[in-house]
Parts: sequence; structure tokens; C-alpha cells
Amino acid sequence: MGKEFQTIKYEEYSGVATITLNRPSAYNAFTEGMNYEVTRALKQATKNDDVRCIVFTGEGKAFCAGQDLQGVDENTNHATFLRKRYHPMLKAIKETPKPVVAAVNGTAAGAGMSLALACDFRLVQPQAKFVSAFINIGLIPDSGFIYNLPRIVGYAKAMEISVLGKPITGEEAYGLGLATEVVPQDEWDKQVEAFTQKLASMPTKAVALVKRYMMDGMHSDYQDVLESEAQAQRIAGLSNDHQEGIQAFKEKREPNFIGK
Amino acid sequence: MSNQYIEAFVEDKIGVIQLNRPEVLNALNRQMVDEIVEKLEQYDESEDVRVMMIKGNDKAFAAGADIEEMMDETPLTMELADPFAVWDHITLINKPIIASVNGVALGGGFELALHCDLIVAGESSKFGFPEVQLGVMPGAGGTQLLTKAIGERKALEWIWLGEQMEAREALKLGAINRVVADELVFEESFRLAKQLANQAPISIRLIKESVKAAKDMTLMDGMNLERKNFYLTFASEDQKEGMKAFTEKRSPSFKGV
Repeated sequence: MGKEFQTIKYEEYSGVATITLNRPSAYNAFTEGMNYEVTRALKQATKNDDVRCIVFTGEGKAFCAGQDLQGVDENTNHATFLRKRYHPMLKAIKETPKPVVAAVNGTAAGAGMSLALACDFRLVQPQAKFVSAFINIGLIPDSGFIYNLPRIVGYAKAMEISVLGKPITGEEAYGLGLATEVVPQDEWDKQVEAFTQKLASMPTKAVALVKRYMMDGMHSDYQDVLESEAQAQRIAGLSNDHQEGIQAFKEKREPNFIGK
Repeated sequence: MSNQYIEAFVEDKIGVIQLNRPEVLNALNRQMVDEIVEKLEQYDESEDVRVMMIKGNDKAFAAGADIEEMMDETPLTMELADPFAVWDHITLINKPIIASVNGVALGGGFELALHCDLIVAGESSKFGFPEVQLGVMPGAGGTQLLTKAIGERKALEWIWLGEQMEAREALKLGAINRVVADELVFEESFRLAKQLANQAPISIRLIKESVKAAKDMTLMDGMNLERKNFYLTFASEDQKEGMKAFTEKRSPSFKGV
């Protein structure tokens, strides 16, 4: 399956789809091809009912160094560039009903940081760095950064990170609520797998409904969110996993969720 | 007449029409429109029906007109067959019609939705008029009904570009009434239909006539029509029941007479 892709590796294993950015010699910086391949991989993972969790990681030392600046020159129209290449990828992350994890194994800079922010969870190594490099070259943080970061860490911190541009270590990211867990390098593979496997065995339908309504709920009216909750709970209430959850509770055993 | 392209059933006084050409995303051909119109007219006369609903399936409400059916038309063959004229019958229906939209409502499908009084749509549903991309334009009321719904500027932008618009955007513009979870489009449409079906049918009918008149009549004519319709409600038993129930602090039970 992996041979269809040149700039990424794509694997499905035991309910988890792993998308590995695979240009280690360029710190996994985005090229046009990589944008399209990531979007295609996300759609593939979304379509496959067996996949119940998607994880991004980087090959080699870095997570992702952002846009490959070799592909940018004085003739670049940055708006067209974003609309065509990055936005479909970011929409695919937001619209997939499956939880998406960024396993940040090393530096996540520029659009690489944006990618990590667009995910639902972030696991980090202690020495990994988040760098909003945009301002250093006179650009604004893009690819959903301006939307996602203040929703995760609050406006004041988001402004500091965007404008002052100070790198954030893995430990600091945890303190800011930006990272779910800090995992030492020697336990990385094992713990990433444990975390993603756990997500993949959860009631995926309910997880999808939380994902669908929580982020946008941050800028919706209270009444609208209450109504969304009512509808989402109606859907969850009709799911197999809800029945299984109730049954397991009654029988005092662990539930076995199938994600439907 | 047995229906080839739609299915129909009545439940709790709601007359449902399900568009049923799933293999072509419910693209509307002429016979299908004839079947829809005929069923709406039956429901309009039926004592068992108070509210009507048109729904598609999970993927599509209706993805436009049948292009193959149209490709070889000439202006004269169309003038003589006048395939869009039958749509005017929908405008004459007296009872409420709700469009329950999952997936896409494009071209003729969007026009069908706009012919309905209320539109309930799923979060990921999309609306649009792609006709311009085929070198034609909407022909079954799209330019008129959308403009009356959302105003000239937005209608022009939407129809000129021929792009699909997401349900939330359509909601913001007032082109549709409610956006609900995809999984619950029918359930929520049905809930709304039942609410309407419990209201006094004569009131519902005369309100529809009066509100529709607001789009075409002068203000004075419209006010006059409204006034006469208000007076007319006093001919109904439901007006007596409604006012009596109000003074007795109980819920009214409306019979439609």
C-alpha cells in the first residue's frame, strides 16, 4: 500500500492509520506533492471503517519543518498557494470523524506546527520543539494556526507564540496544555502505540461526535451548542457502543467497543 | 398511477415523498417531476395529510436535472413540451411542504427544495446551481425563488459562480431554515412537520397564503389579504376551540374545520 506514496508512508495496523512524513533529508518539509499525498491518505483512512484513529509522525529527527522554502520565490502568490495545497489537507483533518493524533517526534516548525495544532491530540518528546517560524520571515502563521492555537492555549499565549516566536519545548508544551503527554525518547514507539491503540478501541462514533461539535462550540451560542449536544446524544444513544457500554456496566466487565 | 421514481407514505398526518432514483443521485427527469407534483396534489386534497415532506436519501436530495434527457433539445421542442410549466403546480399547493435535505441539492434539486416552504438540511449537505458551467442557467425557478429568498446580490454571486454552498452558509443567508446533524435530517424534519401538523390547519393554510402574497403584492393589497384571512379564521371551529382552550388554560385540540 505504501508504494502509492512518494513523500509519505502510509500504514494501517490494528485500527490505527499512521501517516509518516517521509522526507527526512529536508526535515520532512512540505512540498506540493506531500500536501496532496497527505490529503489523499487522510481520505483513504476516513473511508476505511476499520481505521478508528489516525496518527501523524515524522521520519528521522524532525516532525515537520513546514513549507519547503525551495518551493517559494518572489512570484509565489501565497493565497493561491494556501487555498490549493494546504486548505484541502486541513479540511480533511477537521472533517474526518476519526481522532487525529500528532506524534511530534522532533521539531514542528511553521506549517509543521500548524499541522500538529490541527490534530486533536499531540504527543511530544521532551526535546521536540514547536516553532512558529512565520514571523521571522515576515509572514503570518497560517494553515489553521490562527484558528487553532488560541482555542488550545488561549489568546494571550497564542499571541506570544505567534509574534514573539520563542520556541516551545515538549515540556513547556505540556505545561501550556498544548501536549497531551510528554514521552521520553526510549519509550516513544511503545507509548505512541499504546495511546493510539487506546483511542482506536474507544466508542469511535461518540468520539467523532465530540470532535464534530466541541471545537466549533467555542464560537457558537450556548443555545446552539445545547441543541447540537441534544442531537449528538440522540445519535450516540442509538449506537451499538452505547448498548455495549450499558451492558458491560451491568455485567461489571470491560466494554468491547466496535466503533459503531 | 404507480410511481416509478418516487415512494410515498403517510405517517402521523405527514405525507412523505421519497425521491427514489438513487443510482443517479435522484436526478430529476420529467416523469419524476410529474410524479412529485401529482402526489403533492393528492396530499393537498387528502384529509389524512396536514403537512407534506419531500426527502431524498443519504447521499443526495436531488442532483439536478437529467442532462441526457435534455442534451438534444431545441428551443422549439422545449417551448412545445414546456417541461418546467408543471412546476407551477407546486406553487399552488395549500398545505405546508418541508424539504428534508441530505447530501446535495443541485440545479433542479435545489429548485425543488426552493419550491418547498421550509428547508431542513444536514450539516454536510450542499446547495448550488451548476447550470452556468454547462452553458445554460436555472430554468425551473432558481433565479426567481433564490433571489426572493436571499436578495439580488447574493443570488447573483451564487448562480454566476455555480459553486456548491455549504449548509451553514445557506443558513446564514436565509436560504434554508435549519441545519441539523446528518444522521438526524429525517427525524428532525419529521419533528418539525409534526409540530406544524398539530397547529390549526386553517390557520396554517391562510398564513401560507398571506406570507406568500407578501412577495408579489403591494403592501396595501397584502395587508388587505391578511386582514380578510384573519377574519376568515373566525369561521372555523378551531378558532373557537383555540380561544376557549386559552381561557381554560389547557392545550387546544384542532380538527381542521
